[in-house]
Amino acid sequence: MKRREFIAAGLVLAVCARAGVAAPTKKGPSTAESMDVEVWQGLRRQLFGEREIAIDADDVIGLETPYRAADAASVPIAMRGHLDGSDGRYIKRMWLLIDQNPTPVVGVFEFFPESAGADVETRVRVNDYTFVRAIAETSDDKLYMTANFVKASGGCSAPASKDPAAAAQSLGRMKLRIDPPVQPGGAARAQVLIRHPNVTGLAMDQLTRMYPQPHYVRKITVSYRDRPVMNAEVTFAIAENPSFRFNFRHDGAGVLVVHAEDTEDTQFEARARVDENGMS
Amino acid sequence: MLPRIAGFAAGLVLAAVAARVWGAAAPLAVDEVAPGVFVHQGRIEDLSRDNGGDIANIGFVVGSRCVAVIDTGSTRRIGEALLAAVRAHTELPVCYVINTHMHLDHVFGNAAFEGEPGVEFVAAARMPASLSARAEAYLRTLDHEVGEAAAGSRAVYPTTLVDDTATLELGGRRLTLRAWPTAHTDNDLTVHDEQTGTLWTGDLLFERFIPIIDGSIRGWLDVIGQLSRLPAKHMVPGHGAVDVAGGDALSREQAYLANVAETVRAAIRRGDSLRDVLDAGDGSQIADWALAERFHGRNLSAAYTELEWED
Repeated sequence: MKRREFIAAGLVLAVCARAGVAAPTKKGPSTAESMDVEVWQGLRRQLFGEREIAIDADDVIGLETPYRAADAASVPIAMRGHLDGSDGRYIKRMWLLIDQNPTPVVGVFEFFPESAGADVETRVRVNDYTFVRAIAETSDDKLYMTANFVKASGGCSAPASKDPAAAAQSLGRMKLRIDPPVQPGGAARAQVLIRHPNVTGLAMDQLTRMYPQPHYVRKITVSYRDRPVMNAEVTFAIAENPSFRFNFRHDGAGVLVVHAEDTEDTQFEARARVDENGMS
Repeated sequence: MLPRIAGFAAGLVLAAVAARVWGAAAPLAVDEVAPGVFVHQGRIEDLSRDNGGDIANIGFVVGSRCVAVIDTGSTRRIGEALLAAVRAHTELPVCYVINTHMHLDHVFGNAAFEGEPGVEFVAAARMPASLSARAEAYLRTLDHEVGEAAAGSRAVYPTTLVDDTATLELGGRRLTLRAWPTAHTDNDLTVHDEQTGTLWTGDLLFERFIPIIDGSIRGWLDVIGQLSRLPAKHMVPGHGAVDVAGGDALSREQAYLANVAETVRAAIRRGDSLRDVLDAGDGSQIADWALAERFHGRNLSAAYTELEWED
């Protein structure tokens, strides 16, 4: 295991060095260069089998990441679907992957024809220098990927909680914020925050010499006017106190409902009534 | 043939001797900021191969019975050099190794002191959990940033934990330890030497080196207020100058953190996302602080994820 990690890291660094010369505009190596990473080759087989994945896909899926993460415990990431429906297709699923994390699959996000586009921002834990990947599956069952390199290391940065006691104390508290649509009937933006320590279970308790049970938010379901907006299955790679921003189609007054479930089957729910102007 | 083998062997012996002399750490340079209180000033830099991880202020206090070491540096090698500095000043045993918090630049030299007979490793009660959650990442960081000079470094955990306050006797000299609510980290510990009125603040106080939030910005601002009311003659910050009077340095730190909190609160009120805030503030405008371009963004991130929960 250890040895494999080193090989993977070596590959990444080699790729990095080459890209420094080749791609002066975009920082770090390109999606094409990310294809060589050993971890990815395993993941690809596991998740997508022999399916083809297009990689020059900026017109389908965008991925926004910082090149150097300010804080490895909470790295803001955006996956933005760029299909506007004009070719009759929509993005029905997006995967977010981090090659060098202990669990590379951060989450799978599902969207619907009535979702206002596949677009999600969240914050993740990043363990090392690594590629982050966004993969989109369109309604005609095609796959598209874009990958960015992220340096999350240095200083006293670590993907760990700053105040786990405080996060555990108010577990389950939620905040739901809605930005009205620019145009009536268009896409409104919402953010949900869930107070949760999102315990990875990977850090040994030094007193008991035991590993804690992983305890994290694993499922998010969003609906507006009883129609699905976004469903997500996520892992503990999502940062403590999970945050998600997404779009929903504001086609009249209604109630936005965000439902969450953690690994202990605890259910959380937040609701916001939105009026015909998109104000909540 | 024979002479050549002998020459080769002699060369090997010389190389071995040289390695031993070079490997036996040269003592760290220390200043005696008050009688019996010795501090080594770390460089005002982030970890690098060039500085070998020597970036934090670390040192020791000498009593008539034994010595307390306060923080041990980023690597085993720095810990060994600190031990050599202790030995250059006294033959007394090291009875305590105190860690002011779990950050690697204050802790990963602990391993150099494990061989001291009867030594106790002392830290705040929440330190072991915070260190174990990060130890693996810290070792990777040392490997990436410092490389070979960090060889042999590993986490050595405290054997004595401080919940609230504790007193350590060094013989004719008493240290008062105090664990604080979440501030710079969730396990900050200060060490007060009553005899000289010297307060080791750990990273509750940064001087010149930009303060780094890894706990709670609100908690830290609160603790700064409390520190400024303590009657200390000398303060030893975790980074920057090794001896400050407290007042001015605490005010500068307070002003920076208060400004970060206000900037972030205004952004949250406007509906700006964490990404927006990070894109807007890369630290290049924070002229007063060293390493702002490296850590200001991190502080904005920490402040944002804390303050977005305020009502």
